[in-house]
Amino acid sequence: MLEAMPHRAAIWNFLFGRLTIDSLPFLDNNAEGRILLVTLVVVVVIGVAILAAVTKYRKWGYLWRDWFTTVDHKKLGIMYMILGTVMLLRGFSDAIMMRAQQAVAFGPEMGYLPPQHYDQIFTAHGSIMIFFVAMAYIVGLMNYVMPLQIGSRDVAFPFLNNMSFWFTFWGAILFMVSLFVGDFSTAGWLGYPPVSELQQGPGVDYYIWGLQLSGVGTLLSGVNFVVTIVKMRAPGMTMMKMPVFTWTSLCTSGLIIATFPVLTATLLLLSLDRYLGMHFFTSDFGGNVMMYINLIWVWGHPEVYILVLPIFGVYSEIVPTFSGKPLFGYSSMVYATCAIMILSYLVWLHHFFTMGSGADVNSFFSLTTMMISIPTGVKIFNWLFTMYRGRVRYTVPMLWTLGALFTFTIGGMTGVMLSVTPADFLLHNSLFLIAHFHNVIIGGVVFGVFAAVNYWFPKAFGFKLDEFWGKATFWFWLVGFWVAFTPLYILGLMGVTRRLSHFEDPSLQPYFIVAAFGSFLIALGILSFIIQIYVSILRRRQYAVGGDPWDGRTLEWSTTSPPPEYNFAFIPIVHERDAWTDMKAHGYERPQAGFNAIHMPKNTATGVVIGALSFACCFGLVWYIWWLAALSLVGIIAVAIAHTFNYHQDHHIPADEVHRSEQAGNWQTDAEGASA
Amino acid sequence: MNTTAVDTAHPAPREFFVRVEEPPRNGTLLGFWIYLMSDCFIFASLFACNAVLGTEYAGGPTAAEVFDLPGLAVNTALLLVSSVVFGFAMLEMARRRKGAMLGWLAVAGLLAAAFVGLEIREFLIMTAEGAGPGRSAFLSSFFTLVATHGLHVTLGILWLIVLMVQSIRFGLNEANVRRLRCLSMFWHFLDLVWVGVFSYVYLIGVLR
Repeated sequence: MLEAMPHRAAIWNFLFGRLTIDSLPFLDNNAEGRILLVTLVVVVVIGVAILAAVTKYRKWGYLWRDWFTTVDHKKLGIMYMILGTVMLLRGFSDAIMMRAQQAVAFGPEMGYLPPQHYDQIFTAHGSIMIFFVAMAYIVGLMNYVMPLQIGSRDVAFPFLNNMSFWFTFWGAILFMVSLFVGDFSTAGWLGYPPVSELQQGPGVDYYIWGLQLSGVGTLLSGVNFVVTIVKMRAPGMTMMKMPVFTWTSLCTSGLIIATFPVLTATLLLLSLDRYLGMHFFTSDFGGNVMMYINLIWVWGHPEVYILVLPIFGVYSEIVPTFSGKPLFGYSSMVYATCAIMILSYLVWLHHFFTMGSGADVNSFFSLTTMMISIPTGVKIFNWLFTMYRGRVRYTVPMLWTLGALFTFTIGGMTGVMLSVTPADFLLHNSLFLIAHFHNVIIGGVVFGVFAAVNYWFPKAFGFKLDEFWGKATFWFWLVGFWVAFTPLYILGLMGVTRRLSHFEDPSLQPYFIVAAFGSFLIALGILSFIIQIYVSILRRRQYAVGGDPWDGRTLEWSTTSPPPEYNFAFIPIVHERDAWTDMKAHGYERPQAGFNAIHMPKNTATGVVIGALSFACCFGLVWYIWWLAALSLVGIIAVAIAHTFNYHQDHHIPADEVHRSEQAGNWQTDAEGASA
Repeated sequence: MNTTAVDTAHPAPREFFVRVEEPPRNGTLLGFWIYLMSDCFIFASLFACNAVLGTEYAGGPTAAEVFDLPGLAVNTALLLVSSVVFGFAMLEMARRRKGAMLGWLAVAGLLAAAFVGLEIREFLIMTAEGAGPGRSAFLSSFFTLVATHGLHVTLGILWLIVLMVQSIRFGLNEANVRRLRCLSMFWHFLDLVWVGVFSYVYLIGVLR
């Protein structure tokens, strides 16, 4: 049911809903208030500095025309990657605060975070890292790379692509606003009832609407990518000639389409309980808490494969390139991907073996969980056999891949341990579980994202990333990860449960101190990554590359770095897998003349406007500012309808402009890059 | 070990790019169909809730007590006929007879509006009788599923009006024909979902 409105004149309640001056936690005179006040000051200073710089250098027009309103999949991909990186900083700040708290809060020492604040931090950490870091990175990578790999000029629905980004962006902003206006959910990253039901205040509502916004964005991206892959592949590229990254994008998009609606529905039901007093997941009037937990995991388990499948694709591109060989077992890789896609739908109950569904049901889900390790094992062996007898170049992307192979495999093995039901009854909700899923998500997904960034960065910007700082990033992360999470495995086996802000037993403290040190090493890794980007931008002339810096195998390396707006002056024809290797082997020469006018979509501001209005609508819903929510909703519908009255949403790039652009592109040969 | 099978012994001349620019393939119908399938999962979740919570009356009214089956028969007939009528409109569109198409579209829209009107009436009567959505888990799941369908129909009617205006102003151009086809899929999809709601939620609900 709705929370009671504050006691004040009715006009104020109409204008501001339940938002009062007391809703601003950074004004509180306590430790939490002071932490937030300092954070707010830092954010405001950085924000004002950025806005001032953009204004001083007169870049608003450039940002608006070339980035905010763009429908170019490459620019949107880059914007997703930037969003992911900014949110990584936020999510990691939460992580290091938790590690610091757990390292000191023993016995009489209560640490610096009160339980209420600690609970908000672990909730924010989990949901931000999954929805706005990992998902942003994955969608960004697919956006950037997949259309280039299939020889396409853009995605099937460029305008929807822009709108998807803005939904995700404003969802992230809603999460960030909760830091300073009101509070955040304390119900964990999946918002389990009854905690998420009983809790009043705006925390859970921020969580619900932030996820709904980003969820809609992700769903639209999924539909977009499937249609792009089905309809827009270059001639000759049959399904079994698609690059593996494209295959994994297809399977991941399929999973998105089949699971994100379930998340939308589940959160909708939770909000109906909270706003309209319904009884889906309440403890009284026939509501069923386990209904929520089943539904959320029907989305939640496939979600982890949504994250990891494209990363398997990344490894499947990097390993052959740096081994100088075609991928070993292409078909088995494709079938393994499809098998994982289907099996991922049949394992959700292993997240709550302790529900009490009986030995037969638990055995079924235990077996399907173990089965999923088979196709995953197939992939690992395929990468190993690709390297076997290859001429392996130990570049930064390859280092990340090798680190991931090692780390992810161990994470997979502890996952199989958890799939054994009797063992799970002991390990359920323990720090062993925490160590396990960080082991697969950091060791699999995050390492893969860094591999991908180092691999495709030269394609996106025309210069390579610095090797030294790249390697520093890698080693800090790898070592930091193991130092941070090995103690958690041990603690979990000893029975320590998750989500505790204070411990009584001082003999546990050394493990938490080691874990905190590990997170400090990871912090150095993140710092090295930022330095790597900075140093590389400074030395961009020195690190400049042509179209094909790594001796690549797929079509994205056949165009310039960065690619022109239209990607390919002529749409390539594909004859073999590893189409670019095939083109190079057959003496392909770049066409110099005979260019045609190219048909491209026009930029549009509709996505920006609808995204901003949906933010206003959700903010109104969080604070019960009904007039704002209603007006924004009407605005969204009106803008969407107005958009359809514009029938001229595309334009032609004239042939002579294509000619000029092809002359200007960076086509230098890459002998140096290929031999590095 | 070279599995790409590059036949270096007989290098045949190969075309590596398309020389003549072709118009991009339009994926709107496929994309919209996939969107409908994802919408199907929203309804599937709501149906699952109804399956689990459908007998959780919490001491309140049961399905047999609150459902008005004769009224439901009228409602269902309205929606099914509306779907058939939309089919007539699509046939007229294929014959490029804009006036007849608009006429049938208007009939389809009015039938759907009558459906929504009856549904709202049903909701108001139930709530007045103390069988509102907050009374029990059964009623929460019933109201949510039926209202989600009704909301879809309402948005469909709004979309229909927009497309009728656009067809009148801009004629049956390629974009409008494509949009009408999408709306047609949407309309029939909602009909199909209603068949599920009618038979599972209402008819089986009364029996169980």
